[in-house]
Amino acid sequence: MRIVAEHLFYTYNPKSPFETAALRDVSLTIEEGEFFGIIGHTGSGKSTFVQHLNGLIRLPSSLKRSRPNRKKDSSVKTVLKVGDFDLADKKTDFRALRKSVGMVFQYPEYQLFAETVREDVAFGLKNFSSEKLSEEQIDAAVRAAVEVVGLDYDEMKDKSPFELSGGQKRRVAIAGVIVTRPEVLVLDEPAAGLDPLGKQEIMQLLHKLHREWCRTVIIVSHDMDEISENCTRAAVFSEGTVRYVLPPRELFCHAQELTAMGLDVPLTAKLVSLLHERGIDIECDFTAADFCEKVLAYAAAHPKKERDEGGEA
Amino acid sequence: MKAIEFADVSFRYEEEGPFAVRHLNFSVEEGEFVAVLGHNGSGKSTLARLANGLLTPDEGQIRVLGTLLGDKNLYDVRRNVGVVFQNPDNQTVATIVEDDVAFGAENVGLAREEIGRRIDFALKAVGMEEYRTSTVARLSGGQKQRVAIAGVLALKPKIIILDESTAMLDPRGRREIVDVVTRLNQEEGITVLLITHFLEEALLADRAVVMNRGELVMEGTPRAVFARKEELLTYNLALPRIGVICERLRAGGMNVADTLDAEVLAKEIAQCVS
Repeated sequence: MRIVAEHLFYTYNPKSPFETAALRDVSLTIEEGEFFGIIGHTGSGKSTFVQHLNGLIRLPSSLKRSRPNRKKDSSVKTVLKVGDFDLADKKTDFRALRKSVGMVFQYPEYQLFAETVREDVAFGLKNFSSEKLSEEQIDAAVRAAVEVVGLDYDEMKDKSPFELSGGQKRRVAIAGVIVTRPEVLVLDEPAAGLDPLGKQEIMQLLHKLHREWCRTVIIVSHDMDEISENCTRAAVFSEGTVRYVLPPRELFCHAQELTAMGLDVPLTAKLVSLLHERGIDIECDFTAADFCEKVLAYAAAHPKKERDEGGEA
Repeated sequence: MKAIEFADVSFRYEEEGPFAVRHLNFSVEEGEFVAVLGHNGSGKSTLARLANGLLTPDEGQIRVLGTLLGDKNLYDVRRNVGVVFQNPDNQTVATIVEDDVAFGAENVGLAREEIGRRIDFALKAVGMEEYRTSTVARLSGGQKQRVAIAGVLALKPKIIILDESTAMLDPRGRREIVDVVTRLNQEEGITVLLITHFLEEALLADRAVVMNRGELVMEGTPRAVFARKEELLTYNLALPRIGVICERLRAGGMNVADTLDAEVLAKEIAQCVS
């Protein structure tokens, strides 16, 4: 499902002392099949944006109210489409939309609630299906979801989700979202709070889901290394607007601008600019593997003359 | 004097269950900044909870500033050992910043004027004096954690334990916290025990220890510990990214030394090419 947003505005607590404009004219298209990254520091509007995608935040029925500065001519038209769902249309079937756009919040393990893993994962499935599912159907769907996130269903199904380890809990929580087979999966900081190894495992899992399960994966992340290693493209949010939408290899060429926005850049981008200062120009896509390859290629093309090759200095 | 001393301490959460901490011998000097590393479930948080008496050891003894931890002196000990936990949202009790900072000091029955002075001191120490009358709920995660640290500081503890206090923060918030504790350690001489799984944070410490399955398995200066890469990997600790890059470059025949500093690595690379 292709996601098209045009001229999105959103204000929290309008007409109150706490009025804050969270989105100011956001336009962004996410193609089907992408592994898309959303970057921005706290308060940049990124969470407000993703909450629009499955209708958790609805477009205001009267668009005028949300756009105080809107010009009289209505050439600025707010559009929000997720596949065939038109979110500006009040008659849209939001239940069907939410089934197609899975949302995994930050620390999803805090939302586990049922007595057994099977019940927890089955909850969304039962809620979203229009007809009553047989126990066999539920069992098959839950088994598939639990197994795709890398857990043993027969071992897990009757356990309480609360006696699992942190990493396992997070996997169960993700299984509970993907069990409805959403076409788009949105995850807010999926690796936050995990140890480095847990982070690696979660990112591997997301790639697996992207290959086998959900056509489009969107992650919100603070970790620029995570973005540069994993995403096809990334959007940078700042103060309610989208500043860049680029593939990592182009995005992180703007290291200075990103730093000025209070964002980090991947380590590889830092190294590229430090090397540039020393007169060494490396062009790479900012993944660790490509960076190393390009540096080694540069070294082969510009071998050190004074020192014997491989010798100690 | 030793700030914290564990002598052959063992602890398990359930009878017959696995030991979360096993025969642990570990001590922290007064004024020292020690980082405790370990993967999830290695026992590092248990260690924090034992050190201020939230948990009682099944075996062994714990001394804090020379006092043997026991039922009778728990409250006195806790005044000297402040703990900041992981989730900023779980640690605030009041709606206004200054009330939240005052909570601990009020509980121990300090005089009103003294509490005022302590709030001034604590908020200044964490760089939050401008937010004295702000609503806690409207602060960022990093700011909330700094308020939590201020609440601990208001009791003027000699020891602060940060139990993964940066895990839920964004990079900016994480830096704020690390800066604050480094300053408290250097300027106020407060003993700091920083529990983390970000290897980069441990770099600022005087000493790093690694826990695995409830045992202390590595110890040394942070650099010395990071140099033992193979060993870190066996304890399920991933190398910092820069370590991965150094490794790859060396595997490709480039003679770069291990470092954790991007500038040093850039210099090393520059020296290997013409």
